[in-house]
Amino acid sequence: MLLFEILTVALKSLVKNKVRTLLTMLGIIIGVGAVITMLAIGEGAKKLVEAEIATMGTNVITVSSNSNPRTAVRQESGTGNAIKLTDVESIKYQVQGVNYISPVVTTYGRLRAGSKNWRTMAYGVNSEYFFIRNYDVSDGQFFSSTQIQSGAKVMVLGKTVADYLFPDGGAVGQRITIRNVPVEIVGVLAEKGQSAVGGDLDDVVLIPYTTVLARLRGWREPQITINVSAISKDIIPIVKEEILQLLLLKNKTLTEDSFIVNSQTDLANMANNVSSTITLLLSSIAGISLIVGGIGIMNIMLVSVTERIKEIGLRMAVGAKKRDVLRQFIFEAIFLSGLGGIIGIVLGSVVAKVVGNMMNWSVVITTWSVLLSFSFSAIIGIFFGWYPARKAANLNLIDALRYE
Amino acid sequence: MLINLIEVKDLTKTYKMGDIEVHALQSINLSIQKGEFVSIMGMSGSGKTTLMNILGCLDKPTSGSYRLDNVMIEDIPKDDLADIRNQKIGFVFQSFYLLSRTSALENVELPLLYRKSLKRKERISMAEDALKTVQMSERLHHYPNQLSGGQQQRVAIARAIVNNPVILFADEPTGNLDSRTSLEIINVFQELHKKGITIIIVTHEPEIAQFTERIVTFSDGKIINDVKNHKIESAMEVLKQLSHAKKEEN
Repeated sequence: MLLFEILTVALKSLVKNKVRTLLTMLGIIIGVGAVITMLAIGEGAKKLVEAEIATMGTNVITVSSNSNPRTAVRQESGTGNAIKLTDVESIKYQVQGVNYISPVVTTYGRLRAGSKNWRTMAYGVNSEYFFIRNYDVSDGQFFSSTQIQSGAKVMVLGKTVADYLFPDGGAVGQRITIRNVPVEIVGVLAEKGQSAVGGDLDDVVLIPYTTVLARLRGWREPQITINVSAISKDIIPIVKEEILQLLLLKNKTLTEDSFIVNSQTDLANMANNVSSTITLLLSSIAGISLIVGGIGIMNIMLVSVTERIKEIGLRMAVGAKKRDVLRQFIFEAIFLSGLGGIIGIVLGSVVAKVVGNMMNWSVVITTWSVLLSFSFSAIIGIFFGWYPARKAANLNLIDALRYE
Repeated sequence: MLINLIEVKDLTKTYKMGDIEVHALQSINLSIQKGEFVSIMGMSGSGKTTLMNILGCLDKPTSGSYRLDNVMIEDIPKDDLADIRNQKIGFVFQSFYLLSRTSALENVELPLLYRKSLKRKERISMAEDALKTVQMSERLHHYPNQLSGGQQQRVAIARAIVNNPVILFADEPTGNLDSRTSLEIINVFQELHKKGITIIIVTHEPEIAQFTERIVTFSDGKIINDVKNHKIESAMEVLKQLSHAKKEEN
């Protein structure tokens, strides 16, 4: 029998039993579709986290003092005062691989513009801070190094703050007060949106650190942290180590525990771990549905071959050889799993996109998830199509013909 | 001298059912000549179907020799038996065995699919010819569930003769049909016989056997009687009488 004839026979028999064909394919469609959707969502989550981390700055290293061990109540980290302003200059000139560096001095204070109030944390920084954190101005400009040196009473507002205080716009050039000190707004930052943990990245007030130290300090000792951006991601660990060694060298009474040197690679690694866990979880769910789908295929294939034992007997009685019967069933299985797999891929991609749109979440359909699910279902489909067919073809012809 | 189409010598068939051996056939000797119309009679379990399965190359004997059309069947491997069934033998079964959701034409075409080097057009015209022989030209594209029992059996007969076999086996071909339709089917066989086809019918009904030339009777795996039928009835005649009687009743 010619291959083409067997192909036609296989196709015809699939077309003639539409419901059975559809049911068999359904297992594959759902299995493949589920894997594609789950993995696309997982991969999307990963990408989302990566993008989130990028908005927080490039290759940022944060150096802060550990909490002061001498006080009775242990305080939050960063509240110690092991870091001095001079350390900024030292790091800038003595550590290699530092691109930008800025001290960060925080102060709580109330902003007042006319009748409106906004209580927030203000950051005292230098002009390099904008580059470390990837800020951009939508209006006005950053403060200049001259303004920093002179301790000018200027500030740059995040969009949320600016919109609240000046709902009609035109914040730049306005004078508002912080802790009752009048300050001029010189710039408004471009919108950044939400951070990974849900904080508002636009709820920010930036002031020259000199101004904070001189006029807005409050009663506490200044706690200084240092933000550094490294030239490249790869050298972050080296730069971290060098900064720590330099700080220890400068102040021999302190130990490694006095400082906390963090980088975003740590954060990124952690986030990656989290999203990998999510992907693993989704993959195992998808894997389970693939196995369930496989069992469905196996079931229907077994049933359909059993109910077709008579047909096999008849075909053999009129001259079909064992291999003709086997080939027909394998072709049917290939058609079923191939077509089912393709429909599953399309359906899975569509569902992934719809879910992505609904959750405002970018989904990524990877080639390997397509290949994995497709080949898995193909193998299952072909095996469970071939195995019962072989059994039937090996049956005694008389038994097959008389099978009830 | 007539040619022996079938020659069976000392043929036995033994089934093992657990520890018990069932001797379905015990040293059968039988020869059938080309062009004969034979019926094999017997109670169920007498071995007549077992013999037909072996003669039809569906099954192999336990011992003994079987020559069909000058080919020694017992030496032939399984796959080549498929070719012999395909080219030399036609089968008609009690329950038709037509493929469902498949048109009459496609059902008849089925054996041709397993024969090499036939073009689609040739296959279709051969299938159409076979259906014409059994007077089913009007229903080429009907599905089995759209046909009556008699019509389905006609399609099955067309499928059996589409390959121009040297011999046609029919296993209780009228078992599922009413008496009038049975006569019509027997008539089809008689017409085919007139065209020279060798036919063997397996049946347990003596009335059916009366339409054949030779009656071989089986009991307990042995041939107990093998006689020529001297007053062969014509199915056509009986049918005519039947419709005549019906007219007179009216």
